[in-house]
Amino acid sequence: MEDGVKKFLYVNRKAPYGTIYALEALEVVLIGAAFDQDVSLAFLDDGVFQLTKAQDTKEIGVKNFSPTFRALGDYEVTKLYVEKESLDERGLTADDLQEITYEDEDDDWAEKPSIIIVSRSEMADVMAGQDVILSF
Amino acid sequence: MATLHTVNKSPFETQALLSCLGHTKAGDTVLLIEDGVYGAVGNTALADAVAGLGGAVTLAVLAPDLKARGIDEGRLMDGVKTVDYAGFVELAAEHDRTQAWL
Amino acid sequence: MKFGVVVSEGPYTHQASDTAYHFVTAALAAGHEVPRVFFYHDGVNVGTRLSIPPQDERNIQEQWSALAKEHGTDLVICIAAAQRRGLLDKNEADRQGKDADNIAEGFRISGLGQLIEMGIDADRLMTFGD
Repeated sequence: MEDGVKKFLYVNRKAPYGTIYALEALEVVLIGAAFDQDVSLAFLDDGVFQLTKAQDTKEIGVKNFSPTFRALGDYEVTKLYVEKESLDERGLTADDLQEITYEDEDDDWAEKPSIIIVSRSEMADVMAGQDVILSF
Repeated sequence: MATLHTVNKSPFETQALLSCLGHTKAGDTVLLIEDGVYGAVGNTALADAVAGLGGAVTLAVLAPDLKARGIDEGRLMDGVKTVDYAGFVELAAEHDRTQAWL
Repeated sequence: MKFGVVVSEGPYTHQASDTAYHFVTAALAAGHEVPRVFFYHDGVNVGTRLSIPPQDERNIQEQWSALAKEHGTDLVICIAAAQRRGLLDKNEADRQGKDADNIAEGFRISGLGQLIEMGIDADRLMTFGD
Protein backbone atom coordinates (compact mmCIF):
# COMPACT_ATOMS: atom_id res chain seq x y z
CA MET A 1 0.00 0.00 0.00
CA GLU A 2 1.47 3.38 -1.07
CA ASP A 3 0.39 6.83 0.14
CA GLY A 4 -2.73 5.44 1.76
CA VAL A 5 -3.95 4.08 -1.55
CA LYS A 6 -5.21 0.52 -1.31
CA LYS A 7 -5.58 -2.00 -4.10
CA PHE A 8 -9.29 -2.87 -4.33
CA LEU A 9 -10.49 -5.84 -6.36
CA TYR A 10 -14.16 -6.38 -7.13
CA VAL A 11 -14.72 -10.05 -7.89
CA ASN A 12 -17.65 -10.90 -10.15
CA ARG A 13 -18.55 -14.59 -10.38
CA LYS A 14 -22.28 -14.41 -11.08
CA ALA A 15 -24.31 -13.97 -14.23
CA PRO A 16 -26.48 -10.85 -14.63
CA TYR A 17 -30.31 -10.59 -14.25
CA GLY A 18 -31.02 -13.94 -12.54
CA THR A 19 -29.91 -12.25 -9.33
CA ILE A 20 -29.14 -8.63 -8.46
CA TYR A 21 -25.50 -9.17 -7.40
CA ALA A 22 -23.96 -8.00 -10.70
CA LEU A 23 -25.94 -4.76 -10.79
CA GLU A 24 -25.33 -3.94 -7.13
CA ALA A 25 -21.62 -4.75 -7.55
CA LEU A 26 -21.46 -2.21 -10.34
CA GLU A 27 -23.10 0.36 -8.08
CA VAL A 28 -20.32 -0.16 -5.53
CA VAL A 29 -17.68 0.22 -8.25
CA LEU A 30 -19.19 3.53 -9.40
CA ILE A 31 -19.34 4.97 -5.87
CA GLY A 32 -15.92 3.53 -5.00
CA ALA A 33 -14.36 5.32 -7.98
CA ALA A 34 -14.67 8.62 -6.10
CA PHE A 35 -12.27 7.42 -3.40
CA ASP A 36 -9.10 7.45 -5.55
CA GLN A 37 -8.05 3.92 -4.73
CA ASP A 38 -6.29 1.51 -7.11
CA VAL A 39 -9.32 -0.33 -8.50
CA SER A 40 -9.52 -3.51 -10.58
CA LEU A 41 -12.44 -5.74 -11.53
CA ALA A 42 -12.21 -9.50 -11.96
CA PHE A 43 -14.66 -11.51 -14.06
CA LEU A 44 -14.50 -15.26 -13.74
CA ASP A 45 -16.84 -18.25 -13.68
CA ASP A 46 -20.38 -17.06 -14.59
CA GLY A 47 -19.22 -13.47 -14.03
CA VAL A 48 -17.92 -13.39 -17.60
CA PHE A 49 -21.56 -13.42 -18.79
CA GLN A 50 -21.91 -9.87 -17.43
CA LEU A 51 -19.73 -8.50 -20.23
CA THR A 52 -21.33 -10.11 -23.28
CA LYS A 53 -22.60 -8.09 -26.23
CA ALA A 54 -26.20 -7.72 -27.37
CA GLN A 55 -27.92 -7.95 -24.00
CA ASP A 56 -31.53 -6.85 -24.47
CA THR A 57 -33.69 -6.96 -21.36
CA LYS A 58 -36.84 -5.26 -22.72
CA GLU A 59 -38.97 -8.39 -22.56
CA ILE A 60 -38.02 -9.32 -19.00
CA GLY A 61 -38.69 -5.81 -17.73
CA VAL A 62 -35.37 -5.52 -15.94
CA LYS A 63 -32.92 -2.66 -16.45
CA ASN A 64 -30.09 -3.48 -18.88
CA PHE A 65 -27.00 -2.28 -17.07
CA SER A 66 -24.45 -3.71 -19.47
CA PRO A 67 -23.83 -0.33 -21.22
CA THR A 68 -22.58 1.00 -17.87
CA PHE A 69 -19.44 -1.14 -18.22
CA ARG A 70 -18.48 0.99 -21.24
CA ALA A 71 -18.65 4.12 -19.08
CA LEU A 72 -16.24 2.82 -16.43
CA GLY A 73 -13.30 4.48 -18.21
CA ASP A 74 -14.84 7.88 -17.42
CA TYR A 75 -14.62 6.91 -13.75
CA GLU A 76 -10.96 5.93 -14.16
CA VAL A 77 -11.82 2.27 -13.69
CA THR A 78 -9.66 0.84 -16.44
CA LYS A 79 -8.59 -2.66 -15.41
CA LEU A 80 -11.17 -5.37 -16.12
CA TYR A 81 -9.51 -8.76 -15.81
CA VAL A 82 -11.42 -11.53 -17.59
CA GLU A 83 -10.42 -15.16 -17.13
CA LYS A 84 -9.75 -17.06 -20.35
CA GLU A 85 -10.60 -20.50 -18.93
CA SER A 86 -13.98 -19.20 -17.75
CA LEU A 87 -14.70 -17.92 -21.29
CA ASP A 88 -13.52 -21.19 -22.88
CA GLU A 89 -15.63 -23.33 -20.55
CA ARG A 90 -18.71 -21.33 -21.53
CA GLY A 91 -18.08 -21.43 -25.26
CA LEU A 92 -17.17 -17.75 -25.39
CA THR A 93 -14.24 -15.85 -26.85
CA ALA A 94 -13.08 -12.28 -26.34
CA ASP A 95 -15.08 -11.34 -29.48
CA ASP A 96 -18.31 -12.16 -27.64
CA LEU A 97 -17.59 -9.41 -25.11
CA GLN A 98 -18.42 -5.75 -25.41
CA GLU A 99 -15.63 -3.45 -26.49
CA ILE A 100 -14.70 -1.48 -23.38
CA THR A 101 -12.05 1.22 -23.63
CA TYR A 102 -10.59 4.15 -21.73
CA GLU A 103 -8.60 7.23 -22.71
CA ASP A 104 -5.11 7.10 -21.23
CA GLU A 105 -4.29 10.55 -19.86
CA ASP A 106 -0.62 9.60 -19.54
CA ASP A 107 -0.43 8.75 -23.24
CA ASP A 108 -2.01 11.74 -24.96
CA TRP A 109 -5.51 10.36 -24.28
CA ALA A 110 -4.97 7.39 -26.55
CA GLU A 111 -7.93 5.01 -26.53
CA LYS A 112 -6.96 1.68 -24.98
CA PRO A 113 -8.81 -1.53 -24.14
CA SER A 114 -9.93 -1.94 -20.53
CA ILE A 115 -10.50 -5.68 -20.84
CA ILE A 116 -7.42 -7.73 -20.04
CA ILE A 117 -7.80 -11.44 -20.80
CA VAL A 118 -5.79 -13.46 -18.28
CA SER A 119 -5.20 -17.14 -17.61
CA ARG A 120 -6.48 -18.76 -14.42
CA SER A 121 -3.00 -18.63 -12.88
CA GLU A 122 -2.61 -14.96 -13.84
CA MET A 123 -6.01 -14.30 -12.24
CA ALA A 124 -4.70 -15.95 -9.07
CA ASP A 125 -1.73 -13.55 -9.21
CA VAL A 126 -4.08 -10.56 -9.60
CA MET A 127 -6.08 -11.71 -6.57
CA ALA A 128 -2.98 -12.34 -4.47
CA GLY A 129 -1.73 -8.81 -5.17
CA GLN A 130 -4.72 -7.01 -3.58
CA ASP A 131 -5.27 -5.27 -0.26
CA VAL A 132 -9.07 -5.48 -0.26
CA ILE A 133 -11.23 -8.02 -2.08
CA LEU A 134 -14.96 -7.42 -2.37
CA SER A 135 -16.89 -10.45 -3.65
CA PHE A 136 -20.26 -10.41 -5.33
CA MET B 1 1.46 -12.61 1.59
CA ALA B 2 -1.10 -15.34 1.98
CA THR B 3 -4.86 -15.28 1.59
CA LEU B 4 -7.62 -16.78 3.70
CA HIS B 5 -10.34 -18.00 1.34
CA THR B 6 -13.79 -18.81 2.65
CA VAL B 7 -16.24 -21.11 0.85
CA ASN B 8 -19.79 -21.44 2.16
CA LYS B 9 -21.44 -23.75 -0.37
CA SER B 10 -21.49 -27.46 -0.88
CA PRO B 11 -19.31 -28.50 -3.83
CA PHE B 12 -22.20 -30.72 -4.89
CA GLU B 13 -24.29 -27.57 -5.45
CA THR B 14 -21.88 -25.03 -6.94
CA GLN B 15 -18.40 -24.71 -8.41
CA ALA B 16 -17.28 -22.25 -5.70
CA LEU B 17 -14.92 -24.64 -3.90
CA LEU B 18 -13.30 -26.00 -7.06
CA SER B 19 -12.98 -22.49 -8.51
CA CYS B 20 -11.47 -21.25 -5.24
CA LEU B 21 -8.96 -24.10 -5.15
CA GLY B 22 -8.01 -23.30 -8.75
CA HIS B 23 -7.03 -19.78 -7.68
CA THR B 24 -5.08 -20.43 -4.50
CA LYS B 25 -1.37 -19.94 -3.87
CA ALA B 26 1.01 -22.01 -1.75
CA GLY B 27 0.61 -20.86 1.86
CA ASP B 28 -3.06 -19.95 1.51
CA THR B 29 -5.78 -21.40 3.71
CA VAL B 30 -9.23 -22.40 2.46
CA LEU B 31 -11.78 -22.35 5.26
CA LEU B 32 -15.03 -24.21 4.64
CA ILE B 33 -18.00 -22.72 6.46
CA GLU B 34 -21.78 -23.20 6.46
CA ASP B 35 -22.75 -25.67 3.67
CA GLY B 36 -19.13 -25.49 2.51
CA VAL B 37 -18.19 -28.05 5.17
CA TYR B 38 -19.55 -30.89 3.01
CA GLY B 39 -16.51 -30.28 0.78
CA ALA B 40 -14.14 -31.46 3.54
CA VAL B 41 -15.66 -34.92 3.86
CA GLY B 42 -13.51 -37.79 2.61
CA ASN B 43 -14.83 -40.72 0.61
CA THR B 44 -17.18 -38.63 -1.55
CA ALA B 45 -17.32 -38.39 -5.34
CA LEU B 46 -15.56 -35.01 -5.12
CA ALA B 47 -12.97 -35.79 -2.44
CA ASP B 48 -10.23 -36.65 -4.96
CA ALA B 49 -10.83 -33.44 -6.93
CA VAL B 50 -10.73 -31.37 -3.74
CA ALA B 51 -7.60 -33.12 -2.43
CA GLY B 52 -5.91 -32.85 -5.84
CA LEU B 53 -6.49 -29.12 -6.27
CA GLY B 54 -5.92 -28.38 -2.60
CA GLY B 55 -2.42 -29.86 -2.44
CA ALA B 56 -0.47 -26.70 -1.70
CA VAL B 57 -2.97 -25.10 0.66
CA THR B 58 -4.24 -25.74 4.16
CA LEU B 59 -7.84 -26.92 4.21
CA ALA B 60 -9.75 -25.95 7.32
CA VAL B 61 -13.33 -26.39 8.38
CA LEU B 62 -15.51 -24.49 10.84
CA ALA B 63 -16.32 -27.02 13.59
CA PRO B 64 -19.65 -25.51 14.71
CA ASP B 65 -20.96 -25.89 11.15
CA LEU B 66 -19.69 -29.45 11.03
CA LYS B 67 -21.41 -30.35 14.30
CA ALA B 68 -24.64 -28.64 13.26
CA ARG B 69 -24.76 -30.93 10.23
CA GLY B 70 -23.99 -34.07 12.18
CA ILE B 71 -20.63 -34.70 10.52
CA ASP B 72 -18.13 -36.51 12.71
CA GLU B 73 -14.57 -35.17 12.45
CA GLY B 74 -13.44 -38.72 11.70
CA ARG B 75 -15.17 -38.48 8.31
CA LEU B 76 -13.02 -35.55 7.14
CA MET B 77 -10.29 -35.92 4.54
CA ASP B 78 -6.78 -36.36 5.90
CA GLY B 79 -5.03 -33.16 6.93
CA VAL B 80 -8.14 -31.01 7.33
CA LYS B 81 -7.86 -28.63 10.28
CA THR B 82 -10.89 -27.78 12.41
CA VAL B 83 -11.36 -24.36 13.99
CA ASP B 84 -14.03 -22.69 16.09
CA TYR B 85 -15.13 -19.06 15.59
CA ALA B 86 -12.15 -17.82 17.61
CA GLY B 87 -9.90 -19.88 15.33
CA PHE B 88 -11.65 -18.35 12.29
CA VAL B 89 -10.77 -14.89 13.64
CA GLU B 90 -7.16 -15.97 14.18
CA LEU B 91 -6.92 -17.28 10.62
CA ALA B 92 -8.26 -13.99 9.27
CA ALA B 93 -5.74 -12.04 11.34
CA GLU B 94 -2.80 -14.28 10.38
CA HIS B 95 -3.39 -14.01 6.63
CA ASP B 96 -2.82 -10.80 4.69
CA ARG B 97 -6.24 -10.66 3.12
CA THR B 98 -9.48 -12.60 2.94
CA GLN B 99 -11.52 -13.58 -0.08
CA ALA B 100 -15.05 -14.94 0.11
CA TRP B 101 -16.08 -17.26 -2.71
CA LEU B 102 -19.79 -16.47 -2.73
CA MET C 1 -6.50 -5.57 14.56
CA LYS C 2 -9.37 -3.75 12.90
CA PHE C 3 -11.97 -5.86 11.05
CA GLY C 4 -14.50 -4.56 8.56
CA VAL C 5 -17.47 -6.85 7.93
CA VAL C 6 -19.93 -7.02 5.03
CA VAL C 7 -23.22 -8.92 5.39
CA SER C 8 -24.80 -9.46 1.99
CA GLU C 9 -27.68 -11.84 2.63
CA GLY C 10 -30.89 -11.43 4.56
CA PRO C 11 -31.65 -13.09 7.87
CA TYR C 12 -33.20 -16.56 8.29
CA THR C 13 -33.06 -17.60 4.60
CA HIS C 14 -29.26 -17.65 4.61
CA GLN C 15 -26.83 -18.45 7.40
CA ALA C 16 -24.57 -15.54 6.39
CA SER C 17 -25.77 -13.03 9.00
CA ASP C 18 -25.48 -15.67 11.76
CA THR C 19 -21.92 -16.56 10.76
CA ALA C 20 -21.04 -12.87 10.58
CA TYR C 21 -22.49 -12.33 14.06
CA HIS C 22 -20.49 -15.22 15.54
CA PHE C 23 -17.33 -14.00 13.79
CA VAL C 24 -17.77 -10.44 15.11
CA THR C 25 -18.51 -11.68 18.62
CA ALA C 26 -15.38 -13.86 18.59
CA ALA C 27 -13.24 -11.04 17.17
CA LEU C 28 -14.39 -8.64 19.91
CA ALA C 29 -13.81 -11.31 22.58
CA ALA C 30 -10.25 -11.72 21.31
CA GLY C 31 -9.61 -8.00 21.77
CA HIS C 32 -9.91 -6.99 18.11
CA GLU C 33 -11.90 -3.98 16.93
CA VAL C 34 -14.96 -4.15 14.70
CA PRO C 35 -15.81 -0.50 14.15
CA ARG C 36 -18.38 -1.11 11.43
CA VAL C 37 -20.58 -3.77 9.84
CA PHE C 38 -22.02 -2.92 6.43
CA PHE C 39 -25.28 -4.53 5.29
CA TYR C 40 -25.72 -4.84 1.52
CA HIS C 41 -27.92 -6.65 -1.00
CA ASP C 42 -30.66 -8.52 0.95
CA GLY C 43 -28.46 -8.11 4.04
CA VAL C 44 -30.27 -4.81 4.64
CA ASN C 45 -33.27 -6.85 5.85
CA VAL C 46 -31.37 -7.73 9.01
CA GLY C 47 -32.05 -4.18 10.21
CA THR C 48 -35.85 -4.22 10.29
CA ARG C 49 -37.32 -3.92 13.76
CA LEU C 50 -40.62 -5.42 12.57
CA SER C 51 -39.53 -9.05 12.34
CA ILE C 52 -41.10 -11.44 14.83
CA PRO C 53 -39.29 -14.78 14.77
CA PRO C 54 -40.79 -17.67 16.80
CA GLN C 55 -39.85 -17.44 20.48
CA ASP C 56 -37.68 -20.55 20.44
CA GLU C 57 -35.50 -19.11 17.63
CA ARG C 58 -32.74 -16.53 17.81
CA ASN C 59 -33.77 -12.97 17.02
CA ILE C 60 -31.09 -11.91 14.57
CA GLN C 61 -31.96 -8.21 14.58
CA GLU C 62 -31.97 -8.04 18.39
CA GLN C 63 -28.60 -9.81 18.54
CA TRP C 64 -27.05 -7.15 16.32
CA SER C 65 -28.77 -4.26 18.10
CA ALA C 66 -27.47 -5.55 21.45
CA LEU C 67 -23.98 -5.93 20.02
CA ALA C 68 -24.03 -2.35 18.73
CA LYS C 69 -25.18 -1.10 22.11
CA GLU C 70 -22.49 -2.99 24.02
CA HIS C 71 -19.53 -2.43 21.69
CA GLY C 72 -20.46 0.72 19.77
CA THR C 73 -20.21 -1.09 16.44
CA ASP C 74 -21.59 1.08 13.64
CA LEU C 75 -24.27 -0.95 11.83
CA VAL C 76 -24.71 0.64 8.42
CA ILE C 77 -27.48 -0.29 6.02
CA CYS C 78 -26.87 0.67 2.40
CA ILE C 79 -29.41 3.28 1.36
CA ALA C 80 -29.67 2.22 -2.30
CA ALA C 81 -30.17 -1.44 -1.40
CA ALA C 82 -32.54 -0.48 1.46
CA GLN C 83 -34.81 1.69 -0.68
CA ARG C 84 -35.27 -1.11 -3.22
CA ARG C 85 -36.29 -3.47 -0.43
CA GLY C 86 -38.45 -1.21 1.74
CA LEU C 87 -36.12 -0.42 4.63
CA LEU C 88 -36.60 3.18 5.79
CA ASP C 89 -35.54 5.33 8.69
CA LYS C 90 -37.76 8.12 9.97
CA ASN C 91 -36.11 10.85 7.89
CA GLU C 92 -36.27 8.89 4.69
CA ALA C 93 -39.91 7.86 5.30
CA ASP C 94 -40.87 11.51 5.75
CA ARG C 95 -38.84 12.62 2.73
CA GLN C 96 -40.34 9.94 0.48
CA GLY C 97 -43.88 10.40 1.79
CA LYS C 98 -44.10 6.84 3.18
CA ASP C 99 -46.40 6.03 6.10
CA ALA C 100 -43.92 4.01 8.19
CA ASP C 101 -40.30 3.48 9.01
CA ASN C 102 -38.76 0.24 10.24
CA ILE C 103 -35.09 0.63 11.16
CA ALA C 104 -34.06 -1.12 14.36
CA GLU C 105 -32.07 0.41 17.18
CA GLY C 106 -28.33 0.56 16.56
CA PHE C 107 -28.69 0.50 12.77
CA ARG C 108 -28.42 3.54 10.52
CA ILE C 109 -28.95 4.09 6.81
CA SER C 110 -26.13 5.57 4.79
CA GLY C 111 -24.40 5.42 1.43
CA LEU C 112 -22.09 2.95 -0.27
CA GLY C 113 -19.20 5.28 0.47
CA GLN C 114 -19.30 3.86 3.99
CA LEU C 115 -18.44 0.45 2.57
CA ILE C 116 -15.43 1.78 0.65
CA GLU C 117 -14.32 3.79 3.68
CA MET C 118 -14.52 0.62 5.79
CA GLY C 119 -12.35 -1.20 3.24
CA ILE C 120 -9.78 1.59 3.41
CA ASP C 121 -9.74 1.81 7.22
CA ALA C 122 -9.89 -1.88 8.16
CA ASP C 123 -6.88 -4.20 8.36
CA ARG C 124 -9.04 -7.07 7.10
CA LEU C 125 -12.34 -7.07 5.26
CA MET C 126 -14.66 -10.03 5.78
CA THR C 127 -17.61 -10.77 3.51
CA PHE C 128 -20.48 -13.02 4.54
CA GLY C 129 -23.01 -13.74 1.82
CA ASP C 130 -24.21 -16.52 -0.42
